[in-house]
Amino acid sequence: MTDPRIIVITSGKGGVGKTTSSASIAVGLAIEGKKTVVLDFDIGLRNLDLVMGCERRVVYDFINVINKEVKLNQALIKDKRIENLFILPASQTLDKESLTISGVQYVLQELQDMGFEFIICDSPAGIENGAISAIYFADEAIITTNPEISSVRDSDRMLGILSSKTQRAKNKNQLPIQENLLITRYNPNRVDKGEMLSIDDITDILRIPIIGVIPEDIEILKASNTGNPIILNNNSQSGQAYSDTVNRILGNTCPLRFIKKQEKSFFSRLFGG
Amino acid sequence: MSLLNFFISKKKKNTANIARKRLQIIVAESRKNNIEPGYLPQLKHEIIQVIQKYVKINSNMITVQLDKKDKDICILELNIILPE
Repeated sequence: MTDPRIIVITSGKGGVGKTTSSASIAVGLAIEGKKTVVLDFDIGLRNLDLVMGCERRVVYDFINVINKEVKLNQALIKDKRIENLFILPASQTLDKESLTISGVQYVLQELQDMGFEFIICDSPAGIENGAISAIYFADEAIITTNPEISSVRDSDRMLGILSSKTQRAKNKNQLPIQENLLITRYNPNRVDKGEMLSIDDITDILRIPIIGVIPEDIEILKASNTGNPIILNNNSQSGQAYSDTVNRILGNTCPLRFIKKQEKSFFSRLFGG
Repeated sequence: MSLLNFFISKKKKNTANIARKRLQIIVAESRKNNIEPGYLPQLKHEIIQVIQKYVKINSNMITVQLDKKDKDICILELNIILPE
């Protein structure tokens, strides 16, 4: 059995789209036929199940499994839309200390035994216990950032944490964790006007490779509202950008799209579209 | 056309540029602190001791700095002021 790829979706700052990205990336990988599970590490606040549209099917959660109150397969929720996709919801317990490194290791080992190819870890924001346990065993990290000054700075901080606090950082025999950047809420028109940091500005500062750029898109809110991850909306630019991102995760090269200013047509200008 | 550009560029303030410059400063600042490994103070201490065997110096006359040039290259900069 080959080892699963454990990918953590992380950021320093909150509200940059970690959960949205985790949901879409997991869905995208499962669509590509990979047996995928997405884990919500945000103990106390639980949102991944909402974004995935399975909140009413949550019976047991991550902490129940760690405490061995239930078996892992009792807590895993099988996605109704896509074959091969499973969700492990976060607990709403207030006791965040229940999420121990050894507990996480136990869950990851069980998932590996079940033959998962991809384990996507949706990290909470910040650099505390919850985030550390989400990044600890990861092989790869996708650092999510908005083109916003506070978000970029916190991403830099997060890179520092990744290079010191993970298992791979502590074990010198292993390769360091692979870091990739995912820029969300990118608005090429505002970049063109000089009102928003550009892709080059951000990569110049953070110095890690780009795995995807997701354009700012009104469809994302609608997708979250209905519990259908945006990647399922093939007509949306952000959905297509997530599909591209998934492709790159699978090792395919595809050019970045939706990063150039769109020229408005005469009519849309006329009618203020 | 250049006249037009003049007016346009006056109108739009390039705030992204300001953000980039501010970020470059704080990130460079924080990296300076980040890359200092735990052994550096001890290393500095021992270097001083070795030099003191031969020359009379105090700790103000020596600076040890670690600069990260690339992803996998670190430069140890050692500056010693020897007394006359």
